[in-house]
Amino acid sequence: MTVTETPTATPAAVLQITDVIKTFDQPGGGKLTVLDVPQLTIAEGEPLALVGQSGGGKTTLLHLIAGLLTPDSGSIRVAGVELTRLSEQGRDRCRAASIGYVFQTFNLLPAFSAIENVQLGMVFGNRPVDETRALELLGKVGLADRAHYRPSQLSVGQQQRVAIARALAGRPKLLLADEPTANVDPASADSVLDLIIGSCRDEDIALLMVTHSMDVTKRFERVEQLELINRAFQTV
Amino acid sequence: MWLLRIAWRNFCYRSLSSILTTISLALGVALVVMVLAVTGIVSEAFSRNAQVGYNLVVGPKGSALQLTLNSVYYLSQPIENLPYTEYMEFFDADARAEMVRRYGGDPALGERTGKYAAYVVGGYAIPLALGDYLGEFRVVGTTPAFFEKLRHGPTLEEPFAFRDGRALKSHTPGHGYYEAVLGWRVADQLGYSVGDQFSSTHGNPDGKGHGKKFNVVGILAPTGTPNDRAAFVNLEGFYLQENHAKPLTGEETIEPPTEAPEDADGNLPLTIPEREVTSILVRNGNPMFAPGMQNQINESLQAQAAAPVGEIAKLMGAIIGPMLTALLVITLITCVVAAVGVLVAIYNSMNDRRRDIAVMRALGARRETVTGVILLESLLIAVIGAVAGWFLAHASIWFFSGEIEERTGVQVGILTTSSYEGLIFPLVLILALLAGFLPAWSAYRTDVGSNLSA
Repeated sequence: MTVTETPTATPAAVLQITDVIKTFDQPGGGKLTVLDVPQLTIAEGEPLALVGQSGGGKTTLLHLIAGLLTPDSGSIRVAGVELTRLSEQGRDRCRAASIGYVFQTFNLLPAFSAIENVQLGMVFGNRPVDETRALELLGKVGLADRAHYRPSQLSVGQQQRVAIARALAGRPKLLLADEPTANVDPASADSVLDLIIGSCRDEDIALLMVTHSMDVTKRFERVEQLELINRAFQTV
Repeated sequence: MWLLRIAWRNFCYRSLSSILTTISLALGVALVVMVLAVTGIVSEAFSRNAQVGYNLVVGPKGSALQLTLNSVYYLSQPIENLPYTEYMEFFDADARAEMVRRYGGDPALGERTGKYAAYVVGGYAIPLALGDYLGEFRVVGTTPAFFEKLRHGPTLEEPFAFRDGRALKSHTPGHGYYEAVLGWRVADQLGYSVGDQFSSTHGNPDGKGHGKKFNVVGILAPTGTPNDRAAFVNLEGFYLQENHAKPLTGEETIEPPTEAPEDADGNLPLTIPEREVTSILVRNGNPMFAPGMQNQINESLQAQAAAPVGEIAKLMGAIIGPMLTALLVITLITCVVAAVGVLVAIYNSMNDRRRDIAVMRALGARRETVTGVILLESLLIAVIGAVAGWFLAHASIWFFSGEIEERTGVQVGILTTSSYEGLIFPLVLILALLAGFLPAWSAYRTDVGSNLSA
């Protein structure tokens, strides 16, 4: 699959969304438009907090950006690659090459140790599996001494930190974080935020963090309200 | 390599289910390997027992297979008997004349050469008389030539060895008509040793006991042939048991014996018209003569000649082979059932791992990658199960190798393999791929978005 470059793309933009519409079939028939985003751009290394209510389409937007869903119409460009023109395999490759993902529920693979979870981020990111870097990342999130622990042997906060290390393992250009502090205690939430924001800054990774917490948005210079950029929400 | 590692970790993570599934597959493979081994052992045992040095068995008209079974394997019932004169047809005029002088009969018998004598020059013809039992074992009336001429072992070069005592001997003042040699299994099972006496029963194991007892003079060392489970008695003693003499019609020409040795009890051998044989083991001095002699005998009115190797090949092809094939098919079905177990185990685990699959996809794994992981997991179970099953089967065979050799004479080692075993691994791998296909397809179709949001 050939990745199509569009000459009008802004070179500095890691994410560029234009007129994206996503609908879902409704059980009773008809379609429900959950997203209608005319414009959203994130520059290289830029952190952005996207605030929205539950059910507002935040996770759907992240899945569209990650190429896990496809929009009904519009354009999504990640690191210069037009996702909507790619096959599923092409989107898989683009995701592996350019996107890191931190989930609200961590989603560590239970059969694998902390370091193996991090290494899997490299395996699926088509990167050479580098044990030294995996240990370095675990050290960065303060878990070097827990490298061989299974997820079930780690606290909730520790699990989220392993998930952050895993998301960074593929050296992404854009990190998507889906309410990463929603399931951790307030003390851990601060350190998780520090880690995500600090790591993205250090490695020049653009960050799109969706949250409904105003405390989280205080850590960002740029904050967008999903309700304001999503015309579907405005018409509901 | 990492995909294999992921598959292995999944195997270990669901260790109980994985191990139970693997064990069921291992047992299936072990059954197939053991059936193949048994098939090989049975085939070899039958074919090696069909050759104890002689190449033809001559008996009354009837089933050639039955003749082979009762005369070579001491199984099945004897068909009928042949007159002793039929046995004499294998000897030249001098030998026939000596028989007349020794046992008494028509002197004309000794005036000509037997019809088949020319065919067996350099070979032998050994008479067998069957019909009596010692416990459940066959009593075989025969001559000392049985132990002198017959050979056994893989190369048919081993003479009979004796665990104790000696072979039957021709009558002399020191050796009477009532000597017996027991196969080792008969002696062990019935507790006889050299010097003991026994009475045989007439017609069947529960038949009437004969009054005259045989003296055990030897016990055979194990041969791995049917001879291990037979009681050999001197043919003359066998004839002298009550009701074993063929009734005379009064029309026979009988010259009394001139050289008849009388034993200590005054017993004389039966005359030729009173004597019958159940069968005759024949070895042609030149094997080229065998087909011609066989044809001539089969064209005669009373007798037939059967080649044990051919009859056993027919038996294997007609009955035992299909039975073993059926057994093999059944055990292969157990492998299929075990493969279905693999399918069920992995498929059932899919509900628990859809989220894991969605996470792997979100991390960049392609659909083909997660599909490959599931198939590899199925293959892992197959490889471990097949290897474990193979070793289990061969360890079992090796464990029982002593018993197998003792009973059949077939030597089996831990690495004795059937040529068909090479097909087991590919077969199991194909089964595993088929079994893994459904869960792999389920993994392929896993919806990432809904499972990540779940």
